[in-house]
Amino acid sequence: MSTRTAFVNGVAFWAPRLPGWPVAAPVLRGETPAPEQAAPRPSPTLLAPTERRRAPDTVAIALEVAVRACESAGADPRALPSVFASTDGDLAINDYMSQTLARTPTLISPIRFHNSVHNAAAGYWTIGTGCHEPYTALSAYQDTFGEGLLEALSQAACDDRAVLLVAYDIEARGPLAGIVPSRGMLGVAIVVSPRAGVNSLAQVQWRTTRGTHRTSALRRNAGIVGSNSMASCLPFFEALARAEPRTVCVGLSPSLLLEIDLDFSTDT
Amino acid sequence: MSSCRPQRPSWRPVDGCKERGRGPGKKVTSAANPVSRMAPLRITGQSIACAAGLGLPAVATALRTRASGLRQNDFGESPLPIWIGRVAGVEAIALPGHLAEWDCRNNRLAWLALTSDGFLERARIARDRHGPDRVALVMGTSTSSIGATEEAYRRLLPDGQYPEDLRRPIVHTPHSLGDFVRAALGLEGIVVTVGTACSSSAKVFAQAERFMRLGLADAAVVGGVDTLCGSVLFGFNSLELVSPEPCRPFDRARRGISIGEAGGFALLERDGEGGPWLLGYGESSDAHHMSSPHPQGLGARLAIRHALERAGLTPDAIDYINLHGTASQKNDEVEARLVAGMFPARTLASSTKGWTGHTLGAAGIVEAAITLLAMETGLVPGTLNAQDLDPVCGPQIRIENTVADVRYALSNSFGFGGSNCSLLFGQSRPG
Repeated sequence: MSTRTAFVNGVAFWAPRLPGWPVAAPVLRGETPAPEQAAPRPSPTLLAPTERRRAPDTVAIALEVAVRACESAGADPRALPSVFASTDGDLAINDYMSQTLARTPTLISPIRFHNSVHNAAAGYWTIGTGCHEPYTALSAYQDTFGEGLLEALSQAACDDRAVLLVAYDIEARGPLAGIVPSRGMLGVAIVVSPRAGVNSLAQVQWRTTRGTHRTSALRRNAGIVGSNSMASCLPFFEALARAEPRTVCVGLSPSLLLEIDLDFSTDT
Repeated sequence: MSSCRPQRPSWRPVDGCKERGRGPGKKVTSAANPVSRMAPLRITGQSIACAAGLGLPAVATALRTRASGLRQNDFGESPLPIWIGRVAGVEAIALPGHLAEWDCRNNRLAWLALTSDGFLERARIARDRHGPDRVALVMGTSTSSIGATEEAYRRLLPDGQYPEDLRRPIVHTPHSLGDFVRAALGLEGIVVTVGTACSSSAKVFAQAERFMRLGLADAAVVGGVDTLCGSVLFGFNSLELVSPEPCRPFDRARRGISIGEAGGFALLERDGEGGPWLLGYGESSDAHHMSSPHPQGLGARLAIRHALERAGLTPDAIDYINLHGTASQKNDEVEARLVAGMFPARTLASSTKGWTGHTLGAAGIVEAAITLLAMETGLVPGTLNAQDLDPVCGPQIRIENTVADVRYALSNSFGFGGSNCSLLFGQSRPG
């Protein structure tokens, strides 16, 4: 299988106890403990004030990390195609929709309905930034992060341009919480590009390979966000935070892996 | 495998000037990013199951005889007084025992579509020829099996828990569809479910093409399935987008959409014995509104233009366009103006949602199949249920069926959240 090269030109991370990459990176490296206090939900400042208040959690967290990753990369969001990956979309709205349909279906809120689509966060992102580049919104159960990363790397390679990846999941509510294990909020984003940018964090060499052995997150980090459905992104972000050469395997399907060599060399 | 390669030349200093990212405040248009070209892909297998018919021959007959698949809403316990495109017999389908874990209405319809038109056999032959890890699977859906979640909430136990038979996590997640088809076909490669509302199963062609272009797969099964459920029936009703009568796309007096359900698949290979070609695709974002199209059709225009550019064709080469044509006030007005302004009078265009209803996340694959049928049979469907075309329509939009040689055709799919995708198919590769 051939190997392709890309660069991670921007990064963002948000979880209640790891609100932002500057806080998260030293914790993921094991240098500092995670703050005990949970941060309030980020405010999606891209949106108009009325929309900001009623934005679902998925939109708030996705837009927060999307903005920060573009800032980190020094990239104009309007120039970036984007990939939005979420295992379950907005679980709180799913709970609302299912509750309302079971009791008073004709009282469904039109706004909550259009916010229930899997591409709601992506739609708000392109509206908020004025971006006419394509986006996609996808899911792949336990391999959602891997498939999202693969799609971003594929687009970057095919179209020879930088691509924004945003991956997020929130907490299940109501009866759905008995079936869907996701807890807490976790959002991550990176800008990947075929070329190094002004703030590149890492060079990656990537390939797909048969196998089932996914890289595990460090136990201390898994405890902080481990019960969120997007926790499968942790090993990749641990490697970015440590900035030491490392190979990370993330799942693409039950029998296929995305194998990524991360390289941080800054000189010959 | 180690990633430590100190001997490799440094990738710094940075080469930031080549980045596409531009400083804030500078106007960025998509024209600044010419689309990458693709090698045509052969469509070596197809299937369809929709209200207009089960299987391609049945759908072709319905198109020729102008037999609509729409009927009065009889779905659920207190159906709204609207018309729907319901696929008969989905409830009675029994999945094979080894697929019981995925049982739900959406996956039953997926199974119906998989077993139509000999698709299952074709897909298995491709799997065996290329290898199970070399066939990518890219599915599109808007609501996947949310109907199972809705049912669980209607039947909650007194303690608030799901009923025993619905405690299957896989049917309560959007990837239910992709995971089911993976299991049904015995595939071991890339598998992903796209959820960009009504453009979902058009965008699957684009994503699969990229995987094949990069050599990540040698073939791809693409498609989409969406089933009727409370979320979409009552949701679109809450937005006042649903018609009380069978939908009349592009009619001056159109009153909204008729929601349908459908499933369909296509097999993409680099070459094959016969079959039409995927020549191009275009994707874009409206950046305008969550549930209303850009008033000038900016995103739709970009998607069409990029599909043409990627195929190396100009608008005058297009013989037929299967329009998104939902029969909503705004979509049809914007799309009609766009087609009138972009294409010559000889290009035929129509919406086939009067036959199928708006099948949402399955619209892309259903309308790709109908477009390819027109290419194969020369019978170009008109716009069923339209009687008096909106004056914004140009000469391209036809009410009646036409007989024509369709060499190159477009299929448009535009969705909530401003996600647009246009697919370009050809009888042959452009000379």
